[in-house]
Amino acid sequence: MLRAYSIKMLKIHRDICGYCGCCVSICPEGALELIDAYLEVDESCTSCGICAKVCPLGALEVMK
Amino acid sequence: MKDSYDILVIGGGPGGALAARTAATAGYSVLLVEKRPAIGAPVRCAEGIGKEALAEFIKPDERWISAEVTGAELVAPDGVSMKLASEVAGSKVGYILDRKFFDRELVWQAAEAGADVMVKTRASAPILSGGAVKGAVLEYCGSRKKVHADLTIAADGVESKFSRWCGIDTTIPVREIMSAAQYLMTDIDIDPSITIFYFGNTIAPEGYVWVFPKGNRTANVGIGISGKKSGPGNRAKDYLDRFVADRFPAGKTIECVVGGVSVCRPLESTVMDGLMVIGDAARVVDPMTGGGIYNAMFTGRLAAEVGARAIADGACTKEALMPYDEGWRNSPLGKAIERNWHIKEKFITLSDAKLNAIIHSAKALDLKDFSTISLVREIIKRNPLLLADLAGLMASIR
Repeated sequence: MLRAYSIKMLKIHRDICGYCGCCVSICPEGALELIDAYLEVDESCTSCGICAKVCPLGALEVMK
Repeated sequence: MKDSYDILVIGGGPGGALAARTAATAGYSVLLVEKRPAIGAPVRCAEGIGKEALAEFIKPDERWISAEVTGAELVAPDGVSMKLASEVAGSKVGYILDRKFFDRELVWQAAEAGADVMVKTRASAPILSGGAVKGAVLEYCGSRKKVHADLTIAADGVESKFSRWCGIDTTIPVREIMSAAQYLMTDIDIDPSITIFYFGNTIAPEGYVWVFPKGNRTANVGIGISGKKSGPGNRAKDYLDRFVADRFPAGKTIECVVGGVSVCRPLESTVMDGLMVIGDAARVVDPMTGGGIYNAMFTGRLAAEVGARAIADGACTKEALMPYDEGWRNSPLGKAIERNWHIKEKFITLSDAKLNAIIHSAKALDLKDFSTISLVREIIKRNPLLLADLAGLMASIR
C-alpha cells in the first residue's frame, strides 16, 4: 500500500528517463535507486521535488 | 563466485577496476560486481584525462584512445576565445578516451590478476555485523546470494547507494550537483586536437559546455549546469539542444547520454569498519572541472593498498582503514579538490561581464602552463578590478 502511494506521488516517465542516476545522488531520503536500467522509488519519498528539478531530461514528475 | 572473499568491490568503473586489480595483484581474493550487463556501457563521461595522470595507472593504447589533445580553447560569453597550448612543443597534454574499451581493459587486467568478475550483479544490501560491513547481498538474474568479505569497497558511482545503506550520508546538495547531458556528434567542423570550453550564464549557468574531440569531425559535445538552475524548459538537455542548434546545426548525434556530476566536497569520511568508499561514490570528482576518472583510479588503488595491509594485519577496522582516508586527503589530489572547490565557489558567482573580462585578459597572457591554478593566479594578478570579487581566493592558491 505504501509503495503504491509513493509511486502515485512521484511519477517516473520511463520513456524519458536516461537511467543516469543523477536524481539518486541528490535525494535527501535515499528513496530512489537505479537498478540496472530502470529507476525505482520507495515509500520514503516525501514528494520534495528535488529530483524532478535536477533531472537532465525532465523524466520525473511530482503528482499533486 | 565463491561464498567469501578477502575483498568485495561494488562497481566496475575505473575506480572499482583499479581497486580489484591492485588487490588481486597483491594476492588477495577479490570479487568485482557490476550491476550493468556490460562493463563500460553506457558511457556517462566526457572521457578526458591528462596524459601524465593516465600513465600512473596504465600504458596508453590506441585501442581505447579516441584522440590526443594538445591544447584547450576557452570561449567567453561574448564569443572571444583564448587558447592554452602545451608547454613543451610537440608534447601531447591529454587524451579523450573511448571508455567502452578503456573500462573493459581495466577490468580485464583485474581479471587477469586473479579477480573474479560478475556482471548484471547488483549489491542490494550490506551484510552488517556489530556495526561493521562484512560483505553484501548480491542479486544475479533472479537469484540472491550472500557474499562475505573482510573488506567491501563501494565504487558504485554517482548513484551510489551502498555506503548510504551502511549509514554514510552521501546526499549531494542540489546546488552542488551538475545536471549534465552529452551528445556524441559526427559530421561537425572541429579541430581534433583541441578541447573547447564555453562559458556563460546564458549558455551554461554555473557550468560549461565542452567539445571534446573523438577523432576527425566527431566529438563529445556536452554540458553541465547547476542543479539549482535546472527546471522545465531549462534542463541540461534544453541548454545542449540550444547550443548544438546554434553551433553544429548540421551535425548528427549518434549517442545521447545524461548524468549527474558532483562538485561538492568529498564525503566527510570515506571509511568505516569493513568499508571503504572510492571515486564518484566518495564525491572526489574535481569540483572545478568535473573530471573524475583519475580521481577514481587514484582512490581505488590507494584503497586496495591500505585495505590489503589491514587484512594482512588481521582486522579491517575503521582505524586500520584510516590511512586511506588521510592518504588521499593529504595527497596532491586531495589538496587540488579542496583548492578547486574554493575556485568553483567563486567561479559560479561571476557575471558574464566578469567572465568576459577574465578571458580577455587571459588571452593577452600567452600562457604556456596548462594548469587551472596558474591561470587563475595570473588573471588575478593582472586584473586588479577583479580582485574584489576574487578576494579570498588568493589565500587558497599558492
